[in-house]
Amino acid sequence: MTALLPRRGLAQILALIVILAVDRVVSPQFFDLRLQDGRLFGSLIDVLDRGTPVALLSLGMVLVIATRGIDLSVGAVMAICGAIAASLADSYSLPVVLAAALGAGLVCGLWNGFLVAVLGMQPIVATLILMVAGRGIAQLITEGRIVTFTSPDLVWLGNGAILGVPVPVVIALGMLILTGAVVRGSALGLLIEATGGNARASELAGVGTRAMILAVYVWCGVCAALAGVIAAADIMGADANNAGLWLELDAILAVVIGGTSLFGGRFSLVLAVLGALIIQTMNTGILLSGYPPEFNLLVKAVVVLAVLLLQSPKLSGFAGIMARLRRANP
Amino acid sequence: MENSLDPAPSLLEVRGISKSFAAVRALQEVDFTLRAGEIHALLGENGAGKSTLIKVITGVFPRDAGLVRLGGEEVAPRSAKAALEAGIATVYQEVNLLPNLSVAQNLFLDRQPMRFGIVREGEMRRRAKVLLADFGLDIDVAAPLGNYSVAIQHVTAIARAVDLSARVLILDEPTASLDRHEVEILFGIMRQLAKRGIGIVFVSHFLDQVYEISDRITVLRNGRLVGERETASLPRLELIRMMLGRELAETTGARTATSDRLPREVCASFQNYGKAGYVAPFNLELRHGEVVGLAGLLGSGRTETARLVFGAERADGGQAMVAGASIRLQSPRDGVRHGFGYCPEERKTDGIVAELTVRENIVLALQAKRGLHRPLSRREQDEIAKRYVKMLDIRPPDPERPVGLLSGGNQQKALLARWLATSPRLLVLDEPTRGIDVGAHAEIIRLIRELCDDGLALLVISSELDEIVTYSDRVIVLRDRTHVEELSGEAIDVTNILGAIAADGAAMQEARA
Repeated sequence: MTALLPRRGLAQILALIVILAVDRVVSPQFFDLRLQDGRLFGSLIDVLDRGTPVALLSLGMVLVIATRGIDLSVGAVMAICGAIAASLADSYSLPVVLAAALGAGLVCGLWNGFLVAVLGMQPIVATLILMVAGRGIAQLITEGRIVTFTSPDLVWLGNGAILGVPVPVVIALGMLILTGAVVRGSALGLLIEATGGNARASELAGVGTRAMILAVYVWCGVCAALAGVIAAADIMGADANNAGLWLELDAILAVVIGGTSLFGGRFSLVLAVLGALIIQTMNTGILLSGYPPEFNLLVKAVVVLAVLLLQSPKLSGFAGIMARLRRANP
Repeated sequence: MENSLDPAPSLLEVRGISKSFAAVRALQEVDFTLRAGEIHALLGENGAGKSTLIKVITGVFPRDAGLVRLGGEEVAPRSAKAALEAGIATVYQEVNLLPNLSVAQNLFLDRQPMRFGIVREGEMRRRAKVLLADFGLDIDVAAPLGNYSVAIQHVTAIARAVDLSARVLILDEPTASLDRHEVEILFGIMRQLAKRGIGIVFVSHFLDQVYEISDRITVLRNGRLVGERETASLPRLELIRMMLGRELAETTGARTATSDRLPREVCASFQNYGKAGYVAPFNLELRHGEVVGLAGLLGSGRTETARLVFGAERADGGQAMVAGASIRLQSPRDGVRHGFGYCPEERKTDGIVAELTVRENIVLALQAKRGLHRPLSRREQDEIAKRYVKMLDIRPPDPERPVGLLSGGNQQKALLARWLATSPRLLVLDEPTRGIDVGAHAEIIRLIRELCDDGLALLVISSELDEIVTYSDRVIVLRDRTHVEELSGEAIDVTNILGAIAADGAAMQEARA
């Protein structure tokens, strides 16, 4: 696996380097870092900090997609859990707030997993239900207002720093390590890849495919909950209408950029997070360039296309043929 | 035939058709002749090449060699639509119509009567009614097709095909989901169409029906033509021999060495085990160091028995026992927990996980058995994979290759390895030698014997009777989803098995009437 990783991740790493280089041209201070009040500041830190929600979402999403599923509800789950955290923040201690928010995410994941694994619904339809209903639930929790809070503990979660590194970044890194340890440290990774690769065959080999599918949706819900709490902590409030809006699409994009096929099977956690960073590096670069944000969407589309083309086996086959032709006719 | 001066003209002539998929030769120089006004049964076991032949004739697959003549003129349709336009219509078992559209719309799809660019619904319905009346159907043609039974959907599909001026009508397993009464209606329509001069190809694995309806029979086996006969002069036993029997290999009877050992310990037993509409309740005892063969025609309940025994299907009655104690057997997981293993017939869809490596495919069942919290370390996985790659001679000997890139025989070995790694007590093999080249074929048979000598209990399904005879200690014969006969010892030979399979269909028909 370790020997394979660089080759598998080459397209993504190259893309990130190119985008970073372009950002450097657009904004000469891009790589500058400075320490202020015990926290690092700079565009690079910004990329990591802003990229945290999508990175967290992509951690859950990559597992769901590996089982040949998809979870459209993560944006709505962010809104629900952000709303819960914001509503409770000023009356309860941080552990209680976190437990409530993450618990809600877990329940959302269970619901999705139940629909897909037990009732056998198509994942895209099953999670669409919560995608739509979730925002309504979040609005009910906030009673249609933007709920603000002042609890320093929760604010610290979004804006504090540990050894100079923003807390959200530390959390995302921690979750990456935790997920990696659970998935690759146990047999979960292999069994998820087998389930996504061929569910019928895996079932006949004795794999508990339903349990696998249930587990990945639950984890996806928990990751979304954490992303929702961080997003709320960041702005010191919960906006049920806009929190996590369309982020499910960025998360799916991050997973796809990370080379995991929507047809399930092989997945890479690290590359999915790298995909999230690629997206955020682009976003930040365009903001810094002073171009109108509308460009963001177009540029994003072009870069995504480029990364996917780099991964395409057909294209590399084509490149191989071209190289052979060139050798034959110097 | 009545007119000796004008022997029934050949309507469809297929000559020397060959077709390969990658390295697998699905058809080799197959000839097929259909006369106008006859009902011609096309028979063969799974993988014999019936479907491929139909798809080549109708242009779904391009052919590698050979020619097709329709009414004396060479035709080479490039698609099912082109074949239809040439006059060759096919109705598949899964009706290819649109259940959400009305019967009339289905009948006139793509050719609705129009006026000023608007579909004339009334005219269409009137014509649909007239058309179906020809087939003895009087139904509301404005209702969605999906509201009607499969039989009516079939008749609709046939009516559509015939109305498109079909001269050749190919019916692929049309009776598989029909009840007896519906079959009668369909046969009535087939006879009527034949009288009109349409040539009908009838693909079915119900031999009673074949004898009832067909004029002639063509049998394929392993992609080759075995023969073409008049139905009336072909005894049932002979037909089954044509379908199943290969020339008997000289290995026959070599398996007596282990048969006269002391009575063997029972590994698993099933009492009154069955499932309604799936397989009739059966009693089955599987012993260590013994191979039990399951023989029967396609659809006789062989695979169904295997799936029940492994736990892939839930029984609705009876008892499964291991080591004298009753066990719960509700899922493959239960089967695996009790030390059962199952290599399914459909390797690609039910067996391998194509994109995972040989190593991962081999350790999959063992890992599933051990559970999530006891992962096999990479080193253990490597050792297991290496051991079985060597033991079963899996080629290429690279455990890190995606298993989907291996040949069929090597994929089969990887699946065997998957189960052997779990140290099973019982292994169920469904058609372990299907689609495998000759060399690997012999190796798999050798392996089955070795495993048996090591004390494993084996339940093996095969359409190759000489193969079953070679390795089985007992043979259970199935017919119509029922275990009808058990042969053991000296009684195991191809003739006896064929006899049990054929078991005088005439007598059975009498009993039924």
